[in-house]
Amino acid sequence: MSNEQQVNHGDHDSESEIQPSYYASRAKAIEALLVQKGVMTTNEINSEVNAMDSKSPADGAKIVALAWLDDSFKTKLLANASEALEEIGYKLPDETPYLKVVENSEDIHHVVVCTLCSCYPRMLLGRPPDWYKSLAYRSRVVVSPREVMEEFGLRLSDDIEVRVLDSTADLRYMVIPRRPLGTDGFDQESLAALVTRDSMIGVSDPLSAHF
Amino acid sequence: MDRFNIGDSVAVRIDSPRGHYRTPIYIQGKTGIIESICGRFKNPERLAYGYDGYPLKTLYTVEFLQKDLWPDYKGNIADKLLIDIYEHWLNSINEG
Repeated sequence: MSNEQQVNHGDHDSESEIQPSYYASRAKAIEALLVQKGVMTTNEINSEVNAMDSKSPADGAKIVALAWLDDSFKTKLLANASEALEEIGYKLPDETPYLKVVENSEDIHHVVVCTLCSCYPRMLLGRPPDWYKSLAYRSRVVVSPREVMEEFGLRLSDDIEVRVLDSTADLRYMVIPRRPLGTDGFDQESLAALVTRDSMIGVSDPLSAHF
Repeated sequence: MDRFNIGDSVAVRIDSPRGHYRTPIYIQGKTGIIESICGRFKNPERLAYGYDGYPLKTLYTVEFLQKDLWPDYKGNIADKLLIDIYEHWLNSINEG
């Protein structure tokens, strides 16, 4: 859709800077209107952007590592994620969608998608990767989850039940992947280093202990 | 009171109302089971047009067997799809 806008039309652009893409221009225009109409200030927009950029998969990884180490924390996290997080001093922003944490086991494997758009647990993992927003992932993972996960390098045995979670509404899902073997005695930091973004979406396993 | 209990069989309404809604076409008309009751949330179909989102709608996680969704599904017969659907998109199987 936006490709046409990004094509450099030869001589026309030779003296100008690179043109912003269609979507970048549109976002700029909407931002300018919001400020002009007094809906929000530039400072408020910047602080939202900064808040979002301050989150990354490292936040989620620390929480997964703690869940691996502390059974009672994990139980609370699965039952009521925001309460469990608040107890360890991790306050989710107000107005945040409801967070639900699910756990992968030797019997059940969860994988998350938003078929309608790109709903994602941004409050814990930051911005979603581009592939998560792609039409290919969103349409294929609901129909052929095993095939898609295999393309990510994860081959699941037929005995394992696959559960695709389509977050269409007010819930955001994060997966606690299976703890890698050979990690007995690892502390939270060394465990967190094995937890990848993709493993918390469910399309892959965490790194192995001896990579 | 919530209309459905965990374990109830439900069918997703087939509809394409004008405007914004959060029930994908692929799940419409399919039969599943209430897996959990997520709570009551502002109605996105109202929020999208500048209204306050009231009255609140109960949101359910509904569980479907993959083999019931896709005729050629390959994998474990217990493989599932779980999806969050608002109450006004669900009909009780017994209600017809």
